Amino acid sequence: MTALTLLVPLALGFGLLALLGFVWTLRSGQYEDLDGAASRILFDDLPRKEPRR
Amino acid sequence: MTALPATLEPAEPGLSVAGCAHCGAPVAPGAGRFCCTGCEGAHALIAGLGLEAFYRRRETASGELRPADAPPAIRFATHARPERGGEEHSLDLMVSGLTCGACVWLLEQALAAEPDVLRARAGLSTRRLSITWRGPAERADALAALVARLGFHVVPWSPACLRAVEDAEGQALLRALGIAAFGSMNVMLVSVAVWVGTDMGEGTRSLMHWLAALIALPTVLVAGMPFYRSAWSAIRAGRVNMDFAISLGVLATTAMSLSETLRNGPYTWFDGATALLAVLLAGRVLDRGARRRVRQVCAELLALQSGEVALLTPTGETRTVPVESVRPGDRLLIAAGERLRLDGVLESGEALLDTSASTGESLPRRFAADAPLPAGAVNMGSAFVLRVTAAAKDGSLAAMARLLEQAEQARGRYVSIADRAARLYVPVVHTVAAATFLGWWLGVGVSWQEALVPAVAALIITCPCALAIAVPAVQVVAVGSLFRRGVLVTSPTALERLAACDHAVLDKTGTLTMGRPELLPDPSRPPEALAAAAALAANSRHPLARALARACPVPAAPGVEEIPGQGLRHGAARLGSAAFCGVEAPEESLILWFREGPDAAPVAFRFADRLRPDAAEAVAALHRLGLSTELLSGDGAPAVAEAAQATGIGSWQARVTPEDKAERIRALCAEGKRPLMLGDGINDAAALSLAHASASPAGATDLAQSAADLVLQAEGLSALPAAVATARRAQQAARQNIGFSLAYNVVAVPAAMLGLATPLIAALVMASSSIIVILNALRVSREARP
Repeated sequence: MTALTLLVPLALGFGLLALLGFVWTLRSGQYEDLDGAASRILFDDLPRKEPRR
Repeated sequence: MTALPATLEPAEPGLSVAGCAHCGAPVAPGAGRFCCTGCEGAHALIAGLGLEAFYRRRETASGELRPADAPPAIRFATHARPERGGEEHSLDLMVSGLTCGACVWLLEQALAAEPDVLRARAGLSTRRLSITWRGPAERADALAALVARLGFHVVPWSPACLRAVEDAEGQALLRALGIAAFGSMNVMLVSVAVWVGTDMGEGTRSLMHWLAALIALPTVLVAGMPFYRSAWSAIRAGRVNMDFAISLGVLATTAMSLSETLRNGPYTWFDGATALLAVLLAGRVLDRGARRRVRQVCAELLALQSGEVALLTPTGETRTVPVESVRPGDRLLIAAGERLRLDGVLESGEALLDTSASTGESLPRRFAADAPLPAGAVNMGSAFVLRVTAAAKDGSLAAMARLLEQAEQARGRYVSIADRAARLYVPVVHTVAAATFLGWWLGVGVSWQEALVPAVAALIITCPCALAIAVPAVQVVAVGSLFRRGVLVTSPTALERLAACDHAVLDKTGTLTMGRPELLPDPSRPPEALAAAAALAANSRHPLARALARACPVPAAPGVEEIPGQGLRHGAARLGSAAFCGVEAPEESLILWFREGPDAAPVAFRFADRLRPDAAEAVAALHRLGLSTELLSGDGAPAVAEAAQATGIGSWQARVTPEDKAERIRALCAEGKRPLMLGDGINDAAALSLAHASASPAGATDLAQSAADLVLQAEGLSALPAAVATARRAQQAARQNIGFSLAYNVVAVPAAMLGLATPLIAALVMASSSIIVILNALRVSREARP
C-alpha cells in the first residue's frame, strides 16, 4: 500500500509531463509541415545565413 | 490555361529524348543541353550560387521546373508587410512546383545567398514560402522574380490558401486525441490492476476506482468535446447522428462507472469510455489530415488562377491591381493569352477570343468593337482594351458562383451511409439498453445501480467503436490512395455518390480534348522548317506560337521582333498570319504561316484542339464499369460528332447552352438515373453542381473546379474510371464494415444484457472489432482494376 502512494503519483506525473510536452509541440506548430520536416533532416549543410541578430 | 506546370507533350517523331539539364524535358538533338533560354538561365543561376547538388537530389517529374516565358506579371511589393517600423519587410508566397525536399533546400539556399535576405523558409506540405529582408518593399518583386527564374510558379499567399492551411478545428482534434490517449493509457494502468488483482482488498479496489475516476472524468469531459458539439447540433436540427450515439455511450458509461465507484462495485468501465474516445479521435484526425492535403492542393490550383489585371489609368499608364478593386467603366489592358475575368465590351478594333470555357466552342471567334465579351474567354489575338461593365462581385462569373453555392447546399443534404446506419442503429440500441435496465430493475428486482451496469454494458459493447470508424477508415484509405494517383476528392460524400453513378455525361472542349491548340502532324512539311519556326515562336506568348514551341522544344532565336496581331520577324524570316507572310490564302484562325525569306516557299502549320490521348480508353473503361455515356457540347455538330465517334460515345448533342446542360442533368435525375458529369468550362459549372457526382479534368476553369466533387489533377482522363472503381470498392468495404459491426452485436449484446460482460471482455471486443474494420478498409488501396 505504501508503495502505491509513491508509484502511482510518479506514474501519473510522468504521463502528465508527456502530455504537456505534446501540447507544447502542438502549440509551437511542429505538426504544420510534416513532409518538409521529413526531408529537412537530410539536408547535410546548414543554411549559410545566420539567424537575425 | 492550365494551372499545373506544363507537362510533357509527345515530341514529333524523329526527335530524341535527351533531357534538359535543368528541367529534364526532352531536347531536340544538337540543340544543346537546355530546352529553352529560361532553363539555361536557371541552370546558370543555380551553378553560380554553388547549389548544383540540387540536381542530384531532386525527385521532381521532368519538365515541371521549366521557368515561365516571362517574369510574373504580379506586383508583389503591394503584398509585402513592413516589420520593425519599416526597416524590414516580409512576404508570404504560394509556390507551385515545390514537390520535394531538394526544392525546399534550393529555394532556401538561393534566397539566403541574397545579401539583404534575413530569413527564408519554405513549407513542403503548405507550399508556403516566407521571406524577410532588410530594405524597401520594392525588393519583393526582385525576390519573387528570382524564385520564378528557378522554375517555380509564385503567387501572393491569399486568404484562400490560409483558410486551407490554418485548421483550428484540426488542431483542437489533435489536442483532444493527445488528452484522450494520455487518459486512456493511465486509466488502463489502474484498470488492469483491478482485472488481475483477484486477491485485492476492498479498500485498495476502492482507491483504484477513485484513481481511475480522477483521471477519466476530466479526460471524458475535455477530449469528448468534438463529439458532444456535433451531437448537440444534430439534436437541435432534430436528427440523431453517430456522434449522438458515441456521446451518449461515453457519458452513460462514465456516469455508471462513477455510481459503481461510489458503491465500490467489482468493476468500473472508465477504461472503455476513454479508450473509445481515443480510437475514434485517432480516426477523425487521420480523416481530417487526408482532407486537409486535398484542400491545400485545391487552394493552390485556385490561387494560381486568381490573378491581377492591368488597369489603364486616364494618363495612359498601366497599373497592376487585384480584380476585386476594378469598377464598372474602368479600362483594362488584356494581354495575349490572358483570360478575361470581368464582363465588359471591346473598346476598339477587333479581338480574337477563345470562348471554349464559356460556350464550349472549339474555334476562336472574332469580336468587333463595342461587342460584349464573355467573361472567362481567353485572348488568342493581340492585346486589346476592355471597358469593364460590371465589377467582379456583380459580374456573370460571380452570379454563377452564387448559383453553385445554392447547389452545394442542396447537395449537403445528402445522407451518407454512415448517417443512414446511425439512424437505424441509435434507436435500436437505446431501446435494448432501456429494456435491459428495466428488465433487471423491475423484472429481476436488483437495485437500480446494479441494473445500470448491464444496461450501459449493452450500450458500449454494441461496438459504436467499429461502427463509427467503419466508414471513416475506408474514406481515409480511399481518399489517400486517389490523392497519390492525382485525384483530389473535395467533398466528404463524393466517393459514395460516385460509386452509385450509372450514366456519364461528358463535355468535349477541354475535357475530352486538351482545350488548347496542338500542332497537327504534316508529313509534307520539311522538318528543318519546324525547328526554324519554333525558334522564332519561342519568343512569343501567343497561344499558337506557344503550341508550336511546345511541339519542338528548341532555344529561342535572339533578336526576334514581334508585330502585335500579325506575327514575328527575324531578319527575312517571318512567322504569322497569311497576309503578314505574303501568302495568298484565306485567313483562318488556327493556322500559322512561316517563310524563311521573301523567295522561300511558305510552310503552313495547322493547329487543332486534339483529343486527349487516353480519352477513348477512358470512355471504354467507363463502359466496362457499366456506365452509359453521352457527349454534350456547345461546339458545332461536325466537331462533336467526330469526337463522339473517335471516343466511342454513342449519343451526342451539339450547340448545347449551359442552361440546356443543366436541364439535361435534371431530366436524367428525374428519370431515376444517377448522372456523373465531367466538364471543365464555366458553361459546365451549373451541370456539374446538379449532377449526382461530378469531376473536372486538369486545367479546368476555377469555377468548374470548385463545382466538382473530384478534380483530376493528373493529365488525362484515365484517372476517372480508376476513381469510379476505387469509389465502388470503398463503398463495398464500407458496407462490409457496417455489416460486420452489426453482426458482432448478435453475440455481444445478449452477453451484455445477461450481465456476463466484464470491462475486460468489452475491451477485447472493441479492440478486435476495430482492428478487423481497419484491416478491411486497407484493402481498398490495392491497385484499381477498372
